[in-house]
Amino acid sequence: MILQELSDAIGVSGHEDAVRKIIAEAVRDHVDELRSDTIGNLFAVRLRPLPRGKKARGAKRAFKVMIAAHMDEVGLMITGFDASGGLRFQPVGGIDDRVLPGKVLLVGPDKIPGVIGAKPVHLLKGDEWKQVVKIDSMVIDIGASSKEEAEKLVKLGQVAAFTTHYNKVGRTATGKAFDDRAGCAVLVELLRGGPAGAGARFPFDLHAVFTVQEEVGLRGARVAASAVEPDCAFVLEGTICDDLPKDKDTSPTTELGKGPAISLMDRSAFADRRLVDHLVATAEKLGIPYQFKQPGVGGTDAGAITRSKAGVPTVSVAVPCRYIHSPVARLSLDDFDNTVRLMRESLKRLTPDVLKRA
Amino acid sequence: MKDLIKKLTEAYGPSGYEHQMRQIIREEIRGYADEIKTNALGSLTALKRGNGKGKRVMLAAHMDEIGVMVTHIDEKGFCRFAPIGGVFPLTLLGGRVVFGDGTVGVIGMEVKHFERGKTPPLDQFFIDVGAKGKASCPVKVGDAAGFRRPFEDLGDRLVAKTMDDRIGCVILIETLRKLRRCAHDVYFVFTVQEEMTLAGAGTSAYGLNPDMALAVDVTDIGDTPEAHHMAVSLGQGPAIKVQDSGMVAHAGVKELMVRRAEQARLPYQLEVLTGGTTDAMAIQIVREGIPAGCLSVPCRYVHTPSEMVDYGDVQNSVKLLLAILGKAIEL
Repeated sequence: MILQELSDAIGVSGHEDAVRKIIAEAVRDHVDELRSDTIGNLFAVRLRPLPRGKKARGAKRAFKVMIAAHMDEVGLMITGFDASGGLRFQPVGGIDDRVLPGKVLLVGPDKIPGVIGAKPVHLLKGDEWKQVVKIDSMVIDIGASSKEEAEKLVKLGQVAAFTTHYNKVGRTATGKAFDDRAGCAVLVELLRGGPAGAGARFPFDLHAVFTVQEEVGLRGARVAASAVEPDCAFVLEGTICDDLPKDKDTSPTTELGKGPAISLMDRSAFADRRLVDHLVATAEKLGIPYQFKQPGVGGTDAGAITRSKAGVPTVSVAVPCRYIHSPVARLSLDDFDNTVRLMRESLKRLTPDVLKRA
Repeated sequence: MKDLIKKLTEAYGPSGYEHQMRQIIREEIRGYADEIKTNALGSLTALKRGNGKGKRVMLAAHMDEIGVMVTHIDEKGFCRFAPIGGVFPLTLLGGRVVFGDGTVGVIGMEVKHFERGKTPPLDQFFIDVGAKGKASCPVKVGDAAGFRRPFEDLGDRLVAKTMDDRIGCVILIETLRKLRRCAHDVYFVFTVQEEMTLAGAGTSAYGLNPDMALAVDVTDIGDTPEAHHMAVSLGQGPAIKVQDSGMVAHAGVKELMVRRAEQARLPYQLEVLTGGTTDAMAIQIVREGIPAGCLSVPCRYVHTPSEMVDYGDVQNSVKLLLAILGKAIEL
């Protein structure tokens, strides 16, 4: 399954090559054009069907839709070496210091196994029980006993990633990097035309873009949108889900099993309300479950795409994932399937009329 | 002009939800522009053509206002919300909001968590629309509301919930209506989403690629009791921006504004704003860079439901824009 393959692959921001390779192989036979740009984005283009009885495509400019999912995941970058052989590091993207101690990692292209050590409970004294260990005082232990030995195995500037393997449990799955390999996997499924591989075309030129460096500032999407100049865009994500029991009756952000989460407003952008309404109308017509993501929270490639050039109406659609930006997340495979279905059905019905203003 | 100020400041239009504002402005400028267009994100552009010998000038005022968006409706029908733009908790308790369909709500607070002398954070407030439960609540997650407060005419001083930036919209509309024999192609742009991301101004500027741009927006003042030091006062004339926390105004644009104000014998003040910025920030850095400045209307109590401006400053802002557009523009 493509989600498993993508989740298990390593692609910390700026180092997405392994993920790009898997995706390129997965979609190659289903697209009219496949190319990368200088920053590392992968473009997979599917042109609209040729008009009947015409050799050349219509003189009228094609309606162009961009769908983005980011290939990168959060991780760590090696920034120094201790005399005793430990690796100093900084986060790449947003990582909570509290999730790091006691975790296993793979470091650099040679995938050197390492562990972020934690002081055994036996030795904790007084306030140490209450303190958060700051990232600056942690090291990755790769078993080296000196700086020199560590430097032979790992180079400054190499990245480390979590090692959790994908695991299917009933109708849910756990794994790392669902943000945003879940979105990448949905996009691959859309290009492949579903399990049957029928390769259904859409009534517009579809520019699927697997972007880089989202977690460090939406950088890949910025240049990708500038290159594509789409009429509108969709961003596919694995998003925050905070549905465990709480004291207060407040928003769970999204809930597992309640369907794809449509964004309305986050810190990066406003969703285009016409695209939101189109998704909702499609979901209600076909009985596909959906939910709105808690407004005001998070940010996606939509921020960069919306503001690109003369402006691009954009909306984000996401698979809810518990515990994102940590070594393991959980998603619902029903949500995943429903996200693919909602997107495919909405795209089939997407015409320039959807963007007409009253 | 006061009727128009009342009409625009009382209208609904939080960022991202400017459709009602766009309709109102479209009606107000009908017949005055040569061409009216809405861009991909919803900014409205009215072009008044010149004689072909002038420059292409963009004037920008934002249609959107700060507000709130519903994030959750609890079992009892109370609505939690996220801020749209810079909403200060201090301004909320007992305030009223209005949704796009006219539904009105009042803002309450978690009394149990209130600590005397401390302003509660935003997540301890909620909106009560009078619903008796979740099922009968007339608003949904994602519905956006603006603040509700009537316009007040205090004579020289005017008060409204959203002088920021409906007063800029009024100034643009008045300027368009009064503009005669202008050499320049003038694009009057009513932008969207300024309070959140400046997304409207940057994208409009990209599409128009003007020779010069001016944002028309409100700015802070230093003339109230124990205010932060700021050399801008109400009633001393429109402020010509030198710098704010997002941009340094193009020197040529700033000097042109000063020169035209002096030639027309209009009062003006120079403005250095340490907290905040305007559409001009986004405009200045699109494409290869656009010479941009900002004409600011001094405004007290910005981002509260009672923003106050001086009517003379507003009238002089229109005169200053007409003075700038009435002559050659050399930067």
